Amino acid sequence: MAIWLQKSRSALTRPGLPDILNRRIFCGSLYHCNPYITSTFSRNEYPLHSSFLGHSLRFRASQHSKALQQEDQDYSVNDQDWDFPGGQVPFTTDMKFIAGSSKDRIHCYRILDNSDHQILSSNSELISKELAVKLYSNMVTLQMLDTIFNEAQRQGRISFYLTSNGEEAINIASAAALSNDDVILPQYREHGVLLWRGFSLQEFANQCFGNRADYGKGRQMPVHYGSNKLNYITVSSPLATQIPQAVGVAYSLKMEKKDACAVTYFGDGSTSEGDFHAGLNFAAVLEAPVIFFCRNNGWAISTPTTDQFRSDGIVAKGQAYGIPSIRVDGNDVLAVYDAVREAREMAVREQRPVLIEALTYRVGHHSTSDDSTKYRAIKEIQHWKTARNPISRYRNWVERNGWWNEEQESELRRSVREQLMNAIQVAEQLDKPLLTDLFTDVYHDMPSNLKEQERSLGETIHKHPQDYPSGFAV
Amino acid sequence: MLGFIRQTVCNRGVSVSKSQLRFLVPGGRNYASGAKEMTVRDALNSALDEEMSADSKVFIMGEEVGEYQGAYKITKGLLDKYGPDRVIDTPITEAGFTGIAVGAAYHSLKPVVEFMTFNFSMQAIDHIINSAAKSNYMSAGQISVPIVFRGPNGAAAGVGAQHSQCYAAWFGACPGLKVLAPYSSEDARGLLKAAIRDPDPVVFLENELLYGESFPVSAEVLDSSFCLPIGKAKIEREGKDVTITTFSKMVGFALKAAEILEKEGISAEVINLRSIRPLDRATINSSVRKTNRLVTVEEGFPQHGVGAEICASVVEESFEYLDAPVERIAGADVCMPYAANLERLAVPQIEDIVRAAKRACYRSTSMAATG
Repeated sequence: MAIWLQKSRSALTRPGLPDILNRRIFCGSLYHCNPYITSTFSRNEYPLHSSFLGHSLRFRASQHSKALQQEDQDYSVNDQDWDFPGGQVPFTTDMKFIAGSSKDRIHCYRILDNSDHQILSSNSELISKELAVKLYSNMVTLQMLDTIFNEAQRQGRISFYLTSNGEEAINIASAAALSNDDVILPQYREHGVLLWRGFSLQEFANQCFGNRADYGKGRQMPVHYGSNKLNYITVSSPLATQIPQAVGVAYSLKMEKKDACAVTYFGDGSTSEGDFHAGLNFAAVLEAPVIFFCRNNGWAISTPTTDQFRSDGIVAKGQAYGIPSIRVDGNDVLAVYDAVREAREMAVREQRPVLIEALTYRVGHHSTSDDSTKYRAIKEIQHWKTARNPISRYRNWVERNGWWNEEQESELRRSVREQLMNAIQVAEQLDKPLLTDLFTDVYHDMPSNLKEQERSLGETIHKHPQDYPSGFAV
Repeated sequence: MLGFIRQTVCNRGVSVSKSQLRFLVPGGRNYASGAKEMTVRDALNSALDEEMSADSKVFIMGEEVGEYQGAYKITKGLLDKYGPDRVIDTPITEAGFTGIAVGAAYHSLKPVVEFMTFNFSMQAIDHIINSAAKSNYMSAGQISVPIVFRGPNGAAAGVGAQHSQCYAAWFGACPGLKVLAPYSSEDARGLLKAAIRDPDPVVFLENELLYGESFPVSAEVLDSSFCLPIGKAKIEREGKDVTITTFSKMVGFALKAAEILEKEGISAEVINLRSIRPLDRATINSSVRKTNRLVTVEEGFPQHGVGAEICASVVEESFEYLDAPVERIAGADVCMPYAANLERLAVPQIEDIVRAAKRACYRSTSMAATG
């Protein structure tokens, strides 16, 4: 007890200290003893918060309070800093709650301005003509793929489809900025990434029709593409599950010391899932080379982002987990390309996660099972489909550079349309998968009970062929 | 009481911790020279150690597995030996670390995920089922998931409802998963090694009360290449009057029950299932065809339990051989209470197994304990 009093006398001579004590005395929490204080002392050690100090100094502090200013001040002196588990923190006498959101929203990186001119002051590298044209034609192909397959569903030729309308820049530009060794873990609206990497229109069609050439052996609904060869992990429906999985893939790449990272895509809605928080937190702790790419397109089926979260979008959450993050205009091809390229560089070189929030708009319905005009204004959809369309914005820039013209446009669209119609026709006519594909891949090796069931099914079909659709080959 | 720990002379080949003391318990069993004993805990630890040593892609992830040496000390010494890259202490997020482990498995690593208890696996069950079990099928073989989920399962002692459920039946229902339930140290070693080497996702259900139990292990079991086949049950005790199928801790109870039944002239055949999925229907059915009577024993809830599946299988395959209805012994259809007297009534006891076997042999009709 005597020791504390002795130290406290010297404490009182420090500027502003009585002010702290004066304030502390009236704070109810003073009388709660913090067990860590006794173990983590810095050189000028005195337990400011301990109850007996407060008690004994009440009398002394009141003598000094008249002499000193009573103004609020943010008081932090180095030797007042203290170690808590987790590190040293500076103190303050100013009780200020950090606001739930800051006055200014986090800025959004872009290169093309409102009239689709490249902002000269932007610090991005120019892309080559070859790359620029490749980006554009892929975006057009993606748009047409979506339109025609969506129509095919409406005609009853496939059971389901979902488009990436409005997000072509995100799909193509992000894919272009990555290397082919980077492993992609998509949600389900990123087939443009697969297109960029070389998945053919026929391969897309085969999966949607679930025919014998489908790499998925007819196991999944349309748009659940996957390709080991192209490092694109098969789409799985539950939201956000790919986020911690991506961290695991990244960890595996880190252990292999590979010049590659994992990249995972998800929508604004998925950031509400527990997996998002667990994944980001853990990636930071593990120092995993992963890019978290959030497509904030404003809608999660019918839930607008105002009903999804109250933070400043998703980018604001990065810092909370210790992850560097950026917000980018998702409808600006050049900005997306630039940001992803830089993020990849950061992820691989520094072996750490990076968060990108790309602001965009979901022009299409959530899927063919949705009619979004029921919950949003048609005018709003039209605005984003026309004035803010990523393809037409980028086209303006490409054409201004003299790298594209109307003639090439019609030729491209004609050719792609023809290929798509052909792919659908071929896919529709191909046989359905063999019956053995019902039983394979449940396990690595087919267990005896499934072999028995397969044999038994084959026998039954052979005996009663009239009860089974034609073309059912075992 | 089965939780009673017996310790013995250090075993050859067990490279666990130098600080573990071993001494003969006075009055303990005497063995012929050469026979070794090993606790289930050591069996699991040695299996993990050997598999990590043999394959650099195997790594362990879970809460408290590293610095704390494992919540139940199963991973003792492994952090020191293999480093933090291969023994990872995770933040508290079952969903998070299970998802991460599955992702690592997608990309060629071989994770062994520890759940502090399988009750917590429910927070990660989406990843176990939808991300692990179904992936090979849904991706048509493009994504294999060589992952092992392990941890204590079922009732312990005085841990209440949220720490006592048995998940064998739930996981056992899912195509794509393999589900194993070891009993002895030999089971623990052989099945865990098999699980880690298996290219499919495996759920490995241990039992907290068995960790400290010692079992004799032969030289073959101690060899680092030792492995048990997945999907084969073991006949622990041969008999001719009634078949008792069981797994995990209940195997011990069933063996004790068989000794009691022996004195009353009933010869019971005790089958240690070892593998819940795939279930060794062949062994079970051939045993029932021999004895004509069946008692299934499990600790878990009765409805849709493992016993229900075994009963259905026997009725489908060996109906004409049954001389009596199948008796199912399971945990009580209540959440596990905490108080010791209530807890005792909520899990099967040796007497319950004895009574069920007698009922199956038409020697008795009593259902419940009397007096």
